[in-house]
Amino acid sequence: MAVKKLDKKNFKKQTSEGVTLAYFWADWCPPCKFQGPVVENLAESIGDKATIGKIDVDANQEVANQFNIRGIPTLILFKDGEVADTMVGLQSEEVLKQKISQYI
Amino acid sequence: MKEAIGMYDSIVIGSGPAGLTAAIYLSRSGLKNMLIDGPEPGGQLTTTTDVENYPGFTTGIMGPQLMEDMQKQAERFGTEFMSSIVEKIDLDSKPFKIHLGKDEIIETKSVILSTGASAKYLHIDGEAESIGRGVSACATCDGFFYKDQEVVVVGGGDTAMEEALFLTKFASKVTIVHRRDELRASTIMQKRAKNNEKISWKFDYTPQRILTDQQGVTGIEIMNNKTKETEVLNVPGVFIAIGHKPNTAFLNNQVQLDENGYVVTKGKSSLTSVEGIFASGDVQDDRYRQAVTAAGSGAVAALDVEDYLMKMEA
Repeated sequence: MAVKKLDKKNFKKQTSEGVTLAYFWADWCPPCKFQGPVVENLAESIGDKATIGKIDVDANQEVANQFNIRGIPTLILFKDGEVADTMVGLQSEEVLKQKISQYI
Repeated sequence: MKEAIGMYDSIVIGSGPAGLTAAIYLSRSGLKNMLIDGPEPGGQLTTTTDVENYPGFTTGIMGPQLMEDMQKQAERFGTEFMSSIVEKIDLDSKPFKIHLGKDEIIETKSVILSTGASAKYLHIDGEAESIGRGVSACATCDGFFYKDQEVVVVGGGDTAMEEALFLTKFASKVTIVHRRDELRASTIMQKRAKNNEKISWKFDYTPQRILTDQQGVTGIEIMNNKTKETEVLNVPGVFIAIGHKPNTAFLNNQVQLDENGYVVTKGKSSLTSVEGIFASGDVQDDRYRQAVTAAGSGAVAALDVEDYLMKMEA
């Protein structure tokens, strides 16, 4: 599946059920240029077992504040609406897969 | 049961300027090679902004852009890329075995270690649990979240000056805390920082602990080295820029390291203590640590590999 675009309007609904990985990013963030393709590959390989989403912190500061994000890339793993894990800094596809597999 | 997923002339571990340059050279020599990008794809340059001292770019180039271009250049000549982390390497028998996670092994005739170095932290109370909650080693990633707030930068080298200068775009005030009374930074970077009105200085102070609440960092306690008096700087953000440590733990001491953990190479070459294992870039250089020197040493490593393989087959 493709990476789902998340924003302040759909964020709560999209993360409320099942396993969702939300990738907080911005176009000015240098490591995000490397995290982006990793997240895209992950979304392809994980299929429909989990939702992989990305949210631009520039346009959605409210959501970034809500989760007290103070740096990007940050990836938050949700299980049925609850925060299951938070990862700050660049993450490899392998690490992300491992984290997700604990919850599916 | 682990399955070998291929046999290569050379495996490059690391995706900074050293690894990518090595890959470009290997591919242009027609050697079958794969690059494994590791936990920080693109390396240290991905957390910088403008690289002003890489020759050939008259007006500078953005660090991530430079890395992306090097990657494309290596791809163009046939380097395969693998997004993965090397768990360990097995050097006891030839071909060498590279273990990637639980299922995969790659076999190779030679290895270029270019895993670089990663940001060092202070290892004081409150720090580790606050990384990403107010403690950061990347101003370009995290500066945005400190609009009109005060922040602290710890360190006295070029990286610290660069981080502080970048942060002045967002923060209302940047305080540089340095444990000595003089800076290690280059003259040009010192001058830029000292001329910036938003930057103030705490020389000869040692960080003691990071103060936190449920939301994250609230301040940093520092001690005056002369008077031993402590004071607290109330800031939501502390940026650590005190240098780097080489990424050599995964080698498990199978290759000779120096007392600081850097790979020891022979003379001007990239040869390590193990035949067939080569090293390039910051993982074997605690002195120059430039993008351009790393790239240069990547080329050296690839040429050494070529020579080694030729002699092996002769």
